[in-house]
Amino acid sequence: MKMNTNSNVYTICYAAVMVIIVAFLLAFVASALKNTQDANVANDTKGQILTALGYDKATIDVAKVFDEKVKDNLYTCGPLQPYEGKFNTTYGSLIKKGELHVFTATTAQGEPAYVIPVVGRGLWGGLWGYIAVSETKDKVLGTYFYHESETAGLGARIGEKWFQDQFIGKPIFGADGEVVLTVTKAGAAQAENEVDGVTGATLTSNGVAAMVKDGLTAYSKFLGDRPDCVCDDEEFEIPEEECEQNDVEQ
Amino acid sequence: MSKLFSDENKAAFTNPLNLNNPVAVQVLGICSALAVTSQLKPAIVMGLSVTVITAFSNVIISLLRKTIPNRIRIIVQLVVVAALVTIVSQLLKAYVYDVSVQLSVYVGLIITNCILMGRLEAFAMQNSPWPSFLDGIGNGLGYAAILVIVGFVRELFGFGTLLGFNVIPQFMYDAGYTNNGMMVMPAMSLIIVGCVIWAHRAYNKEEK
Repeated sequence: MKMNTNSNVYTICYAAVMVIIVAFLLAFVASALKNTQDANVANDTKGQILTALGYDKATIDVAKVFDEKVKDNLYTCGPLQPYEGKFNTTYGSLIKKGELHVFTATTAQGEPAYVIPVVGRGLWGGLWGYIAVSETKDKVLGTYFYHESETAGLGARIGEKWFQDQFIGKPIFGADGEVVLTVTKAGAAQAENEVDGVTGATLTSNGVAAMVKDGLTAYSKFLGDRPDCVCDDEEFEIPEEECEQNDVEQ
Repeated sequence: MSKLFSDENKAAFTNPLNLNNPVAVQVLGICSALAVTSQLKPAIVMGLSVTVITAFSNVIISLLRKTIPNRIRIIVQLVVVAALVTIVSQLLKAYVYDVSVQLSVYVGLIITNCILMGRLEAFAMQNSPWPSFLDGIGNGLGYAAILVIVGFVRELFGFGTLLGFNVIPQFMYDAGYTNNGMMVMPAMSLIIVGCVIWAHRAYNKEEK
């Protein structure tokens, strides 16, 4: 039996059947694997937060260490409120909504720290990261950055340890209370607040600089909320100024 | 058993490694060779991924080859490749998450790699599954070989490292040696690919 594989009817039927089979297959695979994948993503997110705190996620039981050492909190104004809901794996939309998560933890070296999620844009797609700041909220203790689709070998190198470790010990704020921590061109970092970018990936490096600045600025209410600066709910809109003034006086 | 490794099948496997190399002779897959070769490791990962995907999509298309309507054959090939890559990346994400994070950047590059379409159209549409499989592996490895050469040169001279380890000793830097920033730029990979093609053709011409 020889079918005429060039007839219109055959072509249309073939295309329709193929699309239905492939669509069914993809939908089946996606839904069958969704729970396992979500668990992996949540575990990986925890690992990223622990990396920012100086742990080596390859050598520890991520879920266990995270549960022991890290607490998920919400910042509105005033003291941190413990967060009871489901663990989030993306923070971009939450930050936009004003739901500011702050993780309290101790670093691998035993120092108390706050971990702040940041999100931004690189050359080809999204960037995200976690920044561990010191208890005094003025110094970086560690970072973790990753990306959706930066170029392998160039922009993708922001995910490497040497790049992230450069941020350790850097000051966050300048004398005027603005975020000064930034990324320069590769090899051009001079001042204390500057970090070398990645060679051949200036746009991704700029993306990281913008992400760090915007991310920390979004949390400026929290970071400016030093023990000596009381922000009550009525003054929720302008607490930074108040805090800055206190800074200057110090 | 001897039929499985007949001369013809051997040729399907070995030809793309040298005389019919997908990059150096067919000049396919140049775009991804440019994107992932600034360091050696991504070049190796990309080469292996393309090998696996080319081999299996070749087998699938070869099994379907007698049923595929001629006028929409390219679309059918594309659907098979895209579905295969998506399913593999979903499986990796569920069961070997670390590998999937490493590969996520390559997924788009693999689907759009011209070697895949080129081999499906030129080989799998006319041949049975086993030779098609060998052809896929051969072309993938031929592609990987060129990527590794380019990645080797670029990482060595651009960063002074290989697979992330420093190989240029410190006294060379002390004596005034510097890494060549040009090597890190994408344009340099085209120049190196050009040199490889030149050397490859000059050598093969002598042989003939």
